[in-house]
Amino acid sequence: MRRLFLESIARAPLPEKLPPPDAELVALAAELDAAARRKLGRSLSIRHVDAGSCNGCELETHALQNAFYDLERIGLRFVASPRHADVLLVTGPVTRNMREALERTWQATPDPKWVVAAGDCAIDGGLFVRSYAVSGGVEAVIPVDLRIRGCPPRPMDLLSGLMALLQAPRATKHDGRP
Amino acid sequence: MGRFLDLEGAAIAGHRPWPRFVVDVEQWRSAAHRLADGACALGGLWADSESVHMALIDAKAGRAVFSLPCPDRRFPSIGQFHPPAIRLERAIADLFGFVADGASDTRPWLDHGRWYLTHPLGQWTQRTAPFEPYRFLPSEGEGLHQIAVGPVHAGIIEPGHFRFTAQGEAVVRLEERLGYTHKGVEWLMAGADLSTAAKLSGRVSGDSTVAYALAFARASEAALGIEVPDRAHWLRALMGELERLANHIGDIGAICNDASFALIHAHCGILREKILRAADFCFGHRLMRDCIVSGGVAVDLPGDGRARLLALLEELRPYFARIVDLYDNTASLQDRTVGTGILRPELAERFGAGGFVGRASGRAFDARRSLAYPPYDVLAFDVPVLHEGDVNARVWIRIREVEQSLSLVRQILERAPEGSLCAERPHAAGGEGVALVEGFRGDVLVWLRLDGDGRVARCHLRDPSWFQWPLLEIAIEGNIVADFPLCNKSFNCSYSGHDL
Repeated sequence: MRRLFLESIARAPLPEKLPPPDAELVALAAELDAAARRKLGRSLSIRHVDAGSCNGCELETHALQNAFYDLERIGLRFVASPRHADVLLVTGPVTRNMREALERTWQATPDPKWVVAAGDCAIDGGLFVRSYAVSGGVEAVIPVDLRIRGCPPRPMDLLSGLMALLQAPRATKHDGRP
Repeated sequence: MGRFLDLEGAAIAGHRPWPRFVVDVEQWRSAAHRLADGACALGGLWADSESVHMALIDAKAGRAVFSLPCPDRRFPSIGQFHPPAIRLERAIADLFGFVADGASDTRPWLDHGRWYLTHPLGQWTQRTAPFEPYRFLPSEGEGLHQIAVGPVHAGIIEPGHFRFTAQGEAVVRLEERLGYTHKGVEWLMAGADLSTAAKLSGRVSGDSTVAYALAFARASEAALGIEVPDRAHWLRALMGELERLANHIGDIGAICNDASFALIHAHCGILREKILRAADFCFGHRLMRDCIVSGGVAVDLPGDGRARLLALLEELRPYFARIVDLYDNTASLQDRTVGTGILRPELAERFGAGGFVGRASGRAFDARRSLAYPPYDVLAFDVPVLHEGDVNARVWIRIREVEQSLSLVRQILERAPEGSLCAERPHAAGGEGVALVEGFRGDVLVWLRLDGDGRVARCHLRDPSWFQWPLLEIAIEGNIVADFPLCNKSFNCSYSGHDL
């Protein structure tokens, strides 16, 4: 174990630099601190909700936490409860069996809050939209602030999308029931 | 007439590659008894508009599908004799409205009362009656309390509900309630053309997208009598092994993380990412989604793909060996995994549990070996088997399988023949096909009937999780509540694959 530790210290760090097209992201990152502080202090807390996904989007969301993307370095982190969250990251078409759970998770999230629809299914129901068992995209159930395309979205797309959210005008404050 | 074991039925022409027999009620019942005796394993149980079908798998006699016509929408329950069939029968009742006579558990399973109709795949009607609240199984005794978890969990995972009854720290009973991610895949399949259906099958369980696409492709090729070019077989296996590597390594890390050992998780995360990037480089998609099509593959390995993968192997092998070394020599970690969540071999056998869940509990079934579909018929690999059945054994099976997959990838890169990627698809032709394919989690079954226009008339996809989820309920008994995440991750059943 000691060897692994020591080598990790000696080795160049793994986290991806955020260069082009991540150059855009570098610029965003520079403004991130100010934007995030203005809204919520030092960071945004994200609560993930799988509303009926095939689990492909979950795999790539997990990847955000690995050493290459290292979400926490830019002040974004996943939390265990909607009551701790500023952002709901929703994946999957919203199945009818998950609809109420999604609504209640949204209601449990304190204002101000933002909703990200991650993946093609979350945006418009994807291939499943015709089904008797599916309500549609996330927008059919709760208001959506940001959409990230992909089947599933690549971690870099998720990362730049989430950073874009921090730049969004702060007009999007939701309250009331869906 | 045809025979499977000592069971008889009228053989159906045009069902490939296994025989399909139409049986009467008596023959259906005797098949149920053969299952209960352990003479063969249940491969699947599903319905279409007029019949119920059951896949039987035997190590020696091979495989067969038994079909029982049920014009009055009733059939003798298999589950009353053979518990692995219970949830499948409940799903059939929800989707088709067929009654399993004699079934002990008639509660709904996939239908949570949220659809606007009942029996969507059978003779559906608008839902009118109010839906009764779900009745969880009772637990009675001194000092018992319940813990309800989900469907929205604390981590980045799929939705499902777990109802624990605990006495102090110890779990007395766990009851799962699933179906939250039910998307109506089989309903969407009906009437779909082959390419749409292939895409749907690749979105049944995202972590097994290659395995599902392969199972669907093989079933459609069997139905249509398509001869797949050699190179396509090899590239499919290459994708399948990369998928297995990425999932096994990622999950080994996640299991250690659930035992609060973050170091292995961090390093496994790095390895997994490297594999996905190599897959992306070679096939244009990190999870290799939609790369397998009916008749072959949609993408070839690029010119520098082989070198990239060989370099990946070079890096992976020693790196992974050191992670294994760390796992093996960390007593505090082993303290959590050894003896935790034990699945007894007789239960793994009875439920026909596939994948590492079965192989960590003595069931030596691997579709790559038992069915030896190409190119596995000419590749050298071991099927590791252990008998302890605890979390530690499931970790070790996955470690050994990573080593086997590393070797398989190398063999494939060295031996894959050149040639075309995809066979011509014949013009509209009907038929029935079935395929069983080994995904990282276990054997995926796809049964398919095509109509005369080459569209899907009925497609059933059975995830390995159907026969693993019930065993998790048993494996957790007597363990402490705090060990549930560890046990659950060591099984890593698919919610979406199960819920469909």
